[in-house]
Amino acid sequence: MSTLHLDAEALYLDLLAGVKPLLRANSVLVGIWSGGAWLAERLQRDLQLPGEHGVISSTLHRDDFASRGLSSGADPTRLPFEVNDRPILLIDDVLYTGRTIRAVVNELFDFGRPASVTLAVLVDRGGRELPIQPAYAAGRVTVSREQRISLARDESGTVSFNIRGA
Amino acid sequence: MLSRRSNHRNPQLNANGELIHLLSIDGLPAAVIQHILDTASTFLSVNDREVKKVPLLRGKSVFNLFFENSTRTRTTFEIAAKRLSADVLNLDIAKSSASKGERLLDTIASLSAMHADMFIVRHSESGAPYLIAQHCAPHVHVVNAGDGWHAHPTQGLLDMYTIRHYKRDFTQLTVAIVGDLLHSRVARSDIHALTTLGTPEVRAVGPKTLVPDSLRELGVRVCHDMAEGVKNADVIIMLRLQNERMSGGLLPSAGEFFMSFGLTPEKLALAKSDAIVMHPGPINRGVEIDSAVADGHQSVILPQVTFGIAVRMAVMSIIAGNEP
Repeated sequence: MSTLHLDAEALYLDLLAGVKPLLRANSVLVGIWSGGAWLAERLQRDLQLPGEHGVISSTLHRDDFASRGLSSGADPTRLPFEVNDRPILLIDDVLYTGRTIRAVVNELFDFGRPASVTLAVLVDRGGRELPIQPAYAAGRVTVSREQRISLARDESGTVSFNIRGA
Repeated sequence: MLSRRSNHRNPQLNANGELIHLLSIDGLPAAVIQHILDTASTFLSVNDREVKKVPLLRGKSVFNLFFENSTRTRTTFEIAAKRLSADVLNLDIAKSSASKGERLLDTIASLSAMHADMFIVRHSESGAPYLIAQHCAPHVHVVNAGDGWHAHPTQGLLDMYTIRHYKRDFTQLTVAIVGDLLHSRVARSDIHALTTLGTPEVRAVGPKTLVPDSLRELGVRVCHDMAEGVKNADVIIMLRLQNERMSGGLLPSAGEFFMSFGLTPEKLALAKSDAIVMHPGPINRGVEIDSAVADGHQSVILPQVTFGIAVRMAVMSIIAGNEP
């Protein structure tokens, strides 16, 4: 049993406030599938940004393909805007080793050369294995390696954290 | 068949039921087929990117072993492997070792020593890819690119992708497969895939010499009359009539075949108004299909080719990611 409690909705309000100063003229939000994509969708609406947010998947650039194979069920990347010369604000739910971020940055560059790439996350759980840092993290937690934290969303659009493992 | 493992386990699947070789659609669970089709849709969008390449097979060597010539099929596998960043070697075995009398398994052993990770095999003998899958090193994956009259599973899968793309739900469809089903590995793969995916009516349409009644064992309705065969169909798959069949006494002439079973606008009008027309290519205009139909708005022959690349990328990346 875990005693850890994370209020995803409260953290979302912090994320909303934290993302605002990161936006530049012409910035676009790109959510990492799946939890990050839900957050990007909501931020797009709450920040009243023009156009559509993007969704990006790490599937085709993962570094654990040889051991884990092709993950199933991931939505393909969908970037409904020109990537070249755009400031990109990547959104994810949980930042951990940084390997997913490395993969999606590679994926992003398959579509063009962005002006910049910035990262904002709901929760940073530490444990980095690559030199990647978020520009903004709404929350920071320290949990054991055995624990898995993932975001869930119900029909009303309310988000919450699932915490599993020892 | 040269040889086929007779034990209960499907040699294409590992102990967890994951795909490690693609040898035949016969025996593949519907979930595995659907997973391949879902994965292919991810790869289809790779064609729209500035960089039309993903690194999933980077550092892997894919050997195209074509014991029987087929430039077109070989090219589609080559493009698919290259889009996955694999190194591709094309071996035209028909012209080299086989003609020097080297045994198939000696050829495979020799190529395995060159650190192949995947063999794409086209062979005139049914079952040759099974034999290779049984005897190659455990880390090597095998894809059947057509063996004898037996199977052409990637063509079957790209046909399923095409049908799903245009028609969505297999469980409401009537599909007519027309032409020389007797000698067609494409037809056999299509029939297995369609029945596994729950297609309620699959028709085998053609003359008695090329559409034997024994096909009923595969769960299809046999029709020796074209009008009856295509009536109200949602999908019509025309097969290529091989020229060598004309001389074998199975058919009177190409002209006569076209009169009875060639797909003309008039015969197509008997199918549903939104029916799609498919063909594995290369097409014989005026033999199995009229130009007005092949180039018409119901024809999806060229999209089939595009989908075929994505489907082959899906198959290669799925099997390469699964442990034996």
